[in-house]
Amino acid sequence: MLSRTADNLYWIARYMERAETIARLLEVGARISLLPSTQGYKTEWDSLLKASGNSGGYVAKYGPPNQHNIESYLFFDRDNSNSVASCLTLARENARIVRTALTTQVWDALNTAFQELKLLEAQPRATLELSRLTDWVMKHTAMVRGAIDATLLRNDGYNFLNIGYYLERGDSTARLMDVKYYVLLPRAGYVGTGQDNDQWSMLLRALSANRAFHWAYGGEITPAKIAHFLILNPQCPRSIWTCVAGMNNHMARLATLYGRDTEAQVATTALLAELQDQSTDQIFEEGLHEFLSRYIRQVANLGVVIHNSYLSGDMH
Amino acid sequence: MTTYFNEMFQDGNVRSPYARLEGWTRDMPADLRLAKQAEAEALFRRIGITFAVYGEGGDPDRLIPFDMFPRVFTANEWAKLERGIKQRARALNAFLVDVYGRGEIVRAGRIPAGLVYQNAAYERAVAGFVPPKGVYSHIVGIDIVRTGPTDFYVLEDNCRTPSGVSYMLESREMMMRMFPDLFRENRIEPVDNYHEILRRTLASVAPAKCDRDPTIVILTPGQFNSAYYEHSFLADLMGVELVEGQDLFVDGEYVYMRTTEGPKRVDVIYRRIDDAYIDPLCFRADSMLGIPGLMDVYRSGGVSICSAPGAGVADDKAVYTYVPEMIRFYLGEEPILNNVPTWKCAGADDLGYVLSNLGELVVKEVHGSGGYGMLVGPKSTKLQIEQFRALILANPGNYIAQPTLALSTTPTFVDQGIAPRHVDLRPYCLVGERIELVPGGLTRVALTEGSLVVNSSQGGGVKDTWVLAE
Amino acid sequence: MLLSVDHVTRYEYDRPVRGVVQSHRLTPTKFAGQRTISWNVSVSGGTMGGGFRDGAGDWVQAWSVAGPVSHIEVRVHGEVETTDLAGVLKGSRESVSPEAYLRETPFTNFDPALRALGAAALSEDILSSAHAMSASVSAAIAYRPGSTHAHTTAAEALAQGEGVCQDHAHALLALARSQGIPARYVSGYLQSSNDGMAHEAAHAWAELNVPGFGWIGFDPANQCCPDERYIRLGSGLDAQDAAPIRGVSRGQGIEKLLVTVAVQTQQQ
Repeated sequence: MLSRTADNLYWIARYMERAETIARLLEVGARISLLPSTQGYKTEWDSLLKASGNSGGYVAKYGPPNQHNIESYLFFDRDNSNSVASCLTLARENARIVRTALTTQVWDALNTAFQELKLLEAQPRATLELSRLTDWVMKHTAMVRGAIDATLLRNDGYNFLNIGYYLERGDSTARLMDVKYYVLLPRAGYVGTGQDNDQWSMLLRALSANRAFHWAYGGEITPAKIAHFLILNPQCPRSIWTCVAGMNNHMARLATLYGRDTEAQVATTALLAELQDQSTDQIFEEGLHEFLSRYIRQVANLGVVIHNSYLSGDMH
Repeated sequence: MTTYFNEMFQDGNVRSPYARLEGWTRDMPADLRLAKQAEAEALFRRIGITFAVYGEGGDPDRLIPFDMFPRVFTANEWAKLERGIKQRARALNAFLVDVYGRGEIVRAGRIPAGLVYQNAAYERAVAGFVPPKGVYSHIVGIDIVRTGPTDFYVLEDNCRTPSGVSYMLESREMMMRMFPDLFRENRIEPVDNYHEILRRTLASVAPAKCDRDPTIVILTPGQFNSAYYEHSFLADLMGVELVEGQDLFVDGEYVYMRTTEGPKRVDVIYRRIDDAYIDPLCFRADSMLGIPGLMDVYRSGGVSICSAPGAGVADDKAVYTYVPEMIRFYLGEEPILNNVPTWKCAGADDLGYVLSNLGELVVKEVHGSGGYGMLVGPKSTKLQIEQFRALILANPGNYIAQPTLALSTTPTFVDQGIAPRHVDLRPYCLVGERIELVPGGLTRVALTEGSLVVNSSQGGGVKDTWVLAE
Repeated sequence: MLLSVDHVTRYEYDRPVRGVVQSHRLTPTKFAGQRTISWNVSVSGGTMGGGFRDGAGDWVQAWSVAGPVSHIEVRVHGEVETTDLAGVLKGSRESVSPEAYLRETPFTNFDPALRALGAAALSEDILSSAHAMSASVSAAIAYRPGSTHAHTTAAEALAQGEGVCQDHAHALLALARSQGIPARYVSGYLQSSNDGMAHEAAHAWAELNVPGFGWIGFDPANQCCPDERYIRLGSGLDAQDAAPIRGVSRGQGIEKLLVTVAVQTQQQ
């Protein structure tokens, strides 16, 4: 297929996944605002902004964090290229360009989300409850995902969509974890306190993994269990392992389809092999933050390699 | 008071092609009609068939209005139109090959040299080149209006990249879906093989160096073009890639497209962008849309471009007046379809006449299209007429004028029920190894009462166009 | 006269570019005034593309270079035997109507001053008009290298009263076209002269269409018609249209151009 078409499909997936991540963040924020105000209240919003990947833009526009402004910024603000509104619009715009590479159902799902977004934007902000907004995002991202899985031809385009989804999801899991770890555990004294547990539980909630975690591990929430669950557990749909394995799977399908290996495929396989050799102990030994930063760098690099291998159209 | 030919009712009687439609409208309850109209609109929007209007702001995803009342031709009426259209398409292509070759028609004094060689659309870069099968214009869109039972006039020819064929196909699709009974009761010639004929036409003009099943692509300026929907629609129907300039590149003697599997050679480019933008090396150096080096590959026979660069010199509105002469010169036949009498403001006599009769005439820019930059005298205010007079005086050669034609009307659904509205017709003639025409075309309707401007950019709508089988 | 040409054009990019496409008019025109003994064009790292004779009789040759590259060298080497035909382009095969050379281009738009100069030189006889126009361009625009740049228009050159061969040719085109005489830009080579003047070896002049003769060359920069010291390569509506090398590179690199040309007499 045209490299540009593959690029559009890949970005549809990345923007949809990104919109979902932002919605999850907002949900966590709303949850926090319902807790009794503690000293951690303000830093929570800081960490949400950091995880959204665009805290500089917020501060420049609004100044100090406050709930109402952060919600507007992360959900509606078109100046924020990572806001839910921006992501849904960009996903739909990419889809419009490659309309014929999608099924009616997938286009419908993307277009409906966009049309409803315009209606939401026309309503007074005061009438929009945050929980309603986040539910709305989750519903539409799930519908798009479902339409893709149920109706799309299993051709190369399908693989590029999935590669985009997994890459973005793995990246967002790593970022969420890193923000929590880095921002909330600056002093060793906090580790193991009750407050710490609240933070971890919030993290699981952000990844819709609260219940799943308890089913999988039971007992006390410990950093080691959480790290295992979110990094190395193949059962967790958002774990880093699952995301890299997903990319690897779709990259392998492309190799079969095209009858040739690419640098991207080699890089993904290497990344997966590296994860398979890891244990939670080793990760903590390296330092969770160091491990996550390294992974985030590797993913960014993988994005470049994928671009060069398939999307730029420059290979010969 | 001008009287207009009503294609359905004549002297209080229903004309034969519309016979079965009378009962259909009579029996349709108002609420059903509204429901169907809403259904059609929802379907169009869902498919994404929208029309962006240049320079107007507002909703870029505006729908082009669709009127459910079909426009009908008998087999006999169509047979004459078809012969006339094909005759014209042949003559226009003969003219193009001639003026980029020896220019016999100019040497014979049948058309002024300046009109051809100093024309902005004349491309010196392709002089001396004969494209595969001698075809410059592969899709000829001929705009036709009707003024009486047997009176048809050609309003203009579109030899470059006429748009609108997607509306022809989608309108038919919509009607068959909503009113299947109508298609059982009336024997209507199908149009849905258009894309197959288009594909065959494009494949038939593959370059000499292509020794395999040709790879065809559609070249679009991109998603912001008003006809982008049509570009992607046709690409999808034909099963070919829809490419932008950045997707193609020249290497050695050929053009390739960038794919996820590596470069893939392209043989035929159905381009929907203007000559000026297709190759920054040959034409506009600032073009970001084009493919550097494309023209050299084209001229050395490595790729075919449809329509061929330079085809625009045949559909200029001043050249239009000479099309009957082309038909006589190249084909030795008399024109089957009439031209509208046209005054060329470049000539002093004509200019004088036009300026004294602005209130009665339609004045157009020679290179204009889409209903922009025109004056409809009888529908304009004094101020508008005076402003236009100044424009003409500033650059007379840029304008032509025609009498205000009594465009026929067909019944059209309006808020109050059914009312006559003015229509025109654009059939799409395909020219390759063979000349072919699907029985039908795009009927455009001026939805505003009394309006004669049917352009979709000016608030016109579309209808399904039927040609009845014998 | 037997002339030998060595012409090297080197493009250097400060950052490697992803690819280059070029279109050359670098082959001597086939006409009675010149006979090619040997001729070779090469492009470093390049793939030769399609070639064709265009409607004006010029040979156009496409080249492409796959990147990344940081420099490209176009080398021309050859020998041509020339004959003085008093500027008349005899025996060339072309199919473009001279009328196609009446249109203005951004370089040759005639302002009132150019038009007035053209009108003053016009007489009954087209041939003498053409000579008069060439002479008045020579008189109005002094030859001074560096006084203009690649994008100077005919009107600007006339206004400032100095220029190089490109400006002379553009001005002559404007004069001729303003009076309805078809005219075109010609690019080629000129033998380095013996009078010590710093003429350009990569040269340009104009051709005017005169009924009864066809195309005739005029070189206002040297106040003569092209003779056996000239080698004709290609023509067009203006310098850009007739450029011996047109190219586009893909990438962010900034281009630096280095040209050396030598045109010399060979012993016969």
